[in-house]
Amino acid sequence: MKTRQFTRVAAAVMALTLLAGACGSEERIAATGDCETVDSVSLQLQWFTQAQFAGYFAAVDKGIYEKYCLDVTVLEGGVDIAPQQQLASGAVDFAVSWVPKALVVREQGANVVNVAQVFQRSGTLQVSWADSGITTPGDLAGKVVGNWGWGNEFELLAGARKAGLDPSTDFTLVQQSFDMLALLTREIDASQAMIYNEYAQVLEAVNPDTGARYVASDLSVIDWNDFGTAMLQDAIWADGVRLADAGYQDLTRRFVAGSLEGWAYCRDNSSDCVEIVLANGSALGASHQAWQMNEINGLIWPSPDGVGRMDADLWAQTIGVATSESILASAPDAGAYTTEYVDAALASLNGRGMDTTGQNWQRVNVTLNLGGE
Amino acid sequence: MLATTFVAVVLVVLLWEGYKWVGQQTDDRLPGTGIEVLVSTDDLTMPHAKDILGELLSDVRDGRSTLPMSLYLLKKAWFTLQEAAIGFFLGLVVGLALAVLMLRWRVVERGLLPWINVSQTVPLIALAPIIVTWGRLNDLPDLFSISLIAAYLTFFPVAVSALRGLQSPDVADVELMRSYAASWWTTLFKLRLPAARAYLFPAFKIAATLSVVGAIVGEISIGTKTGLGRAILEFAQRYAVSPERLYASVIGAAVLGLSVFGLVNLVERMFAGRDREVAA
Repeated sequence: MKTRQFTRVAAAVMALTLLAGACGSEERIAATGDCETVDSVSLQLQWFTQAQFAGYFAAVDKGIYEKYCLDVTVLEGGVDIAPQQQLASGAVDFAVSWVPKALVVREQGANVVNVAQVFQRSGTLQVSWADSGITTPGDLAGKVVGNWGWGNEFELLAGARKAGLDPSTDFTLVQQSFDMLALLTREIDASQAMIYNEYAQVLEAVNPDTGARYVASDLSVIDWNDFGTAMLQDAIWADGVRLADAGYQDLTRRFVAGSLEGWAYCRDNSSDCVEIVLANGSALGASHQAWQMNEINGLIWPSPDGVGRMDADLWAQTIGVATSESILASAPDAGAYTTEYVDAALASLNGRGMDTTGQNWQRVNVTLNLGGE
Repeated sequence: MLATTFVAVVLVVLLWEGYKWVGQQTDDRLPGTGIEVLVSTDDLTMPHAKDILGELLSDVRDGRSTLPMSLYLLKKAWFTLQEAAIGFFLGLVVGLALAVLMLRWRVVERGLLPWINVSQTVPLIALAPIIVTWGRLNDLPDLFSISLIAAYLTFFPVAVSALRGLQSPDVADVELMRSYAASWWTTLFKLRLPAARAYLFPAFKIAATLSVVGAIVGEISIGTKTGLGRAILEFAQRYAVSPERLYASVIGAAVLGLSVFGLVNLVERMFAGRDREVAA
């Protein structure tokens, strides 16, 4: 138990050195690949292989986890797999999940803990045709508005309420499918879309009037980040019960550091990461994945406080929306997230001279092809 | 056989294109009325048959390279077939074992049969997470969990039909065996099992197609790196961009289902052939 205390003290010391802007001379997380033993860990994703998870695939593919003495198995999601449930049941070691969805199971008694807030922004949009005149949440009045349901609708509902609309009477809320068919056929006026996936799908479809692809100017976009109802999405969650154990703490520290290093790699080598995602078995086209990689990077970078570090304001905003929309009965306890592991990881990455904020990251220009090929 | 298949395919294509053509002429209304047809006939909802068939020949991405859709689906189908095969045989063994148990003890039949019926009313969506969690906690690969879902669907027709088949011999025949002082097991193998064959093979055919359905549903709910279910899910998500692909992958699933059905048919004929030899 002595080591555990020492680790805690060391983590605190490191956090302080980091705050002071000094270079950590002693590294608690060794990333030398000089391993006495290699630990096997599993990571549950929410969905199948796509650039949304590129950082984890890159960390496997580029031997980054290996440097941290980890053998990581990435498990793809399915329709009925809730990563936070898999984590809580002990079937996997770590999970990627949106913050509100994981907090719901935490409220129900499953001890899952946010150990790294990878995405700093929400990727959810409400997309409509430019000629519909929908540019702000208030314009949704009287329209047919699509959403996926299953916990994906709250940014929209909160955004509409904030604009003075009553979602149950002022517009027609309809459940939409995964694809963008309903918007393309104009069955609905505004469609929910992730900026890195469904939004691109519209731009990959043919406009029957021109015979060419739709272009961005055909569309009008409501980005919830601009209207104060965005909620935090992809984060790494750990098993809170096991976090009492020094061995698992050590695993978590190394896993978070390796994952964040993977994401830094994908920031600096986005085309390579697209290749890695494609090689891991994606039937989605190359240009679609390139688009997605670019947009995902945009959700992560810049990370002013350091990649993976929780933005306390956005956490508060997420909790605010979650409680006002009755997703959560009450705000979660302080143990719902910790920056302890991210701070240790950042100290280690910074100590090796890596860029962990991405302040100078620039979006690349991605040309989508027909069908995303 | 080949000619019949060809005619059947041509008929389906004609029906598809005919419905689509009429819909296009009448703006998706029943001719002469204002009633909208059930399925709209635009190219997004109903792509042309030639585009769907053409999709089977055109290239699709598979990892770092591309390959024709038909080969891609074949590759995925091979993976799904393995899951289905394991599921089929597991279901077969469990189904037959349950049938024999229920045959042996009347009280087991009365106690178990209702539960076997109830088992099929549990939706797979509820079952999948339970099975995969259990599998992972026991260090079993997800592939096996998917096979278990397939087995869950296949054991049912086998158990129910086998029981009926095993109970099918006449009382007189059973009493004849008894007069020979044949043991319960001898009666089972010499009399009951051969009599059950007529019940078993139809059940096996249903079970074989169900095993494919179970494997595909399992892949979709649990999530795998490969397989037909995964391909269907992926193409479904991108239906708006290329609807032909989803139709092509559904054709792939149908062909796999028909293939395993044909395979069981073939095995049945082999058995029937041996019967005739014995009779002669």
